[in-house]
Amino acid sequence: MATGTDPRPKSGTAPGGGVRDGTRAAIAAAHLRTDRWWLAPAATAAGLLAFVVYSTWRAFANADYYQAPYVSPFYSPCLADNCAPMRSGPNWEIFGNWWGLSPALLILIFPLGFRLTCYYYRKAYYRGFWASPPACAVAEPHKKYSGETRFPLILQNIHRYFFYAAVPVAVILTYDTVLAFRDEHHAWGHMGLGTLVFLVNIALIWAYTLSCHSCRHIVGGKLKHFSKHPVRYRVWQWVGRLNARHMQLAWASLVSVALADFYVYLLASGAFDDPRLF
Amino acid sequence: MSSYEARFKVWRGDSAGGGLEDFAIEVNEGEVVLDIIHRLQATQAPDLAVRWNCKAGKCGSCSAEINGRPRLMCMTRMSVFGPEEVVTVTPLRAFPVVRDLVTDVGFNYAKAREVPAFVPPEGLGAGEYRMQQVDVDRSQEFRKCIECFLCQDTCHVVRDHEENKGAFAGPRFLMRVAELDMHPLDAAADSGIDRKRAAQDEHGLGYCNITKCCTEVCPEGIKITDNALIPLKERAVDRKYDPLVWLGSRIRRRGK
Repeated sequence: MATGTDPRPKSGTAPGGGVRDGTRAAIAAAHLRTDRWWLAPAATAAGLLAFVVYSTWRAFANADYYQAPYVSPFYSPCLADNCAPMRSGPNWEIFGNWWGLSPALLILIFPLGFRLTCYYYRKAYYRGFWASPPACAVAEPHKKYSGETRFPLILQNIHRYFFYAAVPVAVILTYDTVLAFRDEHHAWGHMGLGTLVFLVNIALIWAYTLSCHSCRHIVGGKLKHFSKHPVRYRVWQWVGRLNARHMQLAWASLVSVALADFYVYLLASGAFDDPRLF
Repeated sequence: MSSYEARFKVWRGDSAGGGLEDFAIEVNEGEVVLDIIHRLQATQAPDLAVRWNCKAGKCGSCSAEINGRPRLMCMTRMSVFGPEEVVTVTPLRAFPVVRDLVTDVGFNYAKAREVPAFVPPEGLGAGEYRMQQVDVDRSQEFRKCIECFLCQDTCHVVRDHEENKGAFAGPRFLMRVAELDMHPLDAAADSGIDRKRAAQDEHGLGYCNITKCCTEVCPEGIKITDNALIPLKERAVDRKYDPLVWLGSRIRRRGK
């Protein structure tokens, strides 16, 4: 080639050669970073692990998830016969009485799938748990890498379907938040500390759901000519602004949903009474 | 602080071998790493090989790894390091080394040639292209790329797996595919080129696991992952993995 930029013949392309490949600068160290590069993946892994442990305990517990007028977001909607009866609440026994496990498991699969395939969480757990890579320019420990080209990780491509499922779940949690404007006797026009907790939670859930990259694509990102679709362009811009905060919203909503559940647990287990604001 | 003596470790060698060499060198207020490398050339290592050009962060020539992080030497201020800190400068570690701080970045030119060029719309001559700014905004963000190849260097898909270089174009050239696919006047689809499908099938988009290192190192601040790679993944999903989109496009085609 005229510019002499054809790639050189490779001498060492064995899998796992990486930065120590025979053609590259001879540096034995896997990385030369001097900053605390391990802090972010370690904190991420610890945070995710804490949530997994907590949510697993609560999802399988099948107890202390309803205290009028609040229902835990982990158990809403409640789709089996063995749910606690919730007045005007999200009881839809479509699974009948054959389901003997915790009803939370029936519904949590959707938010779990949404977050598991989320573009932010993928980055978080690929880095935090799988060290692929642990941090930028820090060599990963794996000999081979096929990314998201093969099963099972090729299934990450169904993220948009989990987004579609996450929207009705968010609608139902919004309904639960409206129900929280009742008191323990189901009379309307009241508000407790739990109502505030639910309001913050649902705001963060919606912000996280709508800031999704798939949502951004569906509302307008897929278009070639924004000028022909001014409304979708506006919506795309709005979702784009939210999308820039997707990581923060992912964490904030993860914490808020756990806190909302924990609040209901404390009430239902009798640890304390919901302070009524009015 | 006007000037001090800094400790540097600079990788010297070639494809046959080499190592980090220690230097003690004067640093003055306001200088960048490239200034120090030039001072080393002028005073202690006249044969030190380094590629550079504009000294303004616009040519993309002086890419290197400074304390293990891919950066432009001309845009890395010495003031970000403490006077006692040892500053280590190595060549890009994803590409074959030529000599000292110079690497063979030919991989990137080979990948650039694999991306089909812009296809002008039929019937429009030079000077007749018209487009709305809102339509071309997205592509223009990617045109800020200075081709420093820091994103290519830091991407673990090829940095840690030399064997993936054949299948994976790297963030810079997947961004090029996105730029063209989003371009309001690109008529590739009319000429039988499916950029969305090609991104996945020919340029290795599926290898990207969106860990965002390309975005972290981009000296132009291009949101490579959020604005190019993820939208391109979603477009590939439209083509390959979404039965509803596939069904919709079949019905629309039948209606025409």
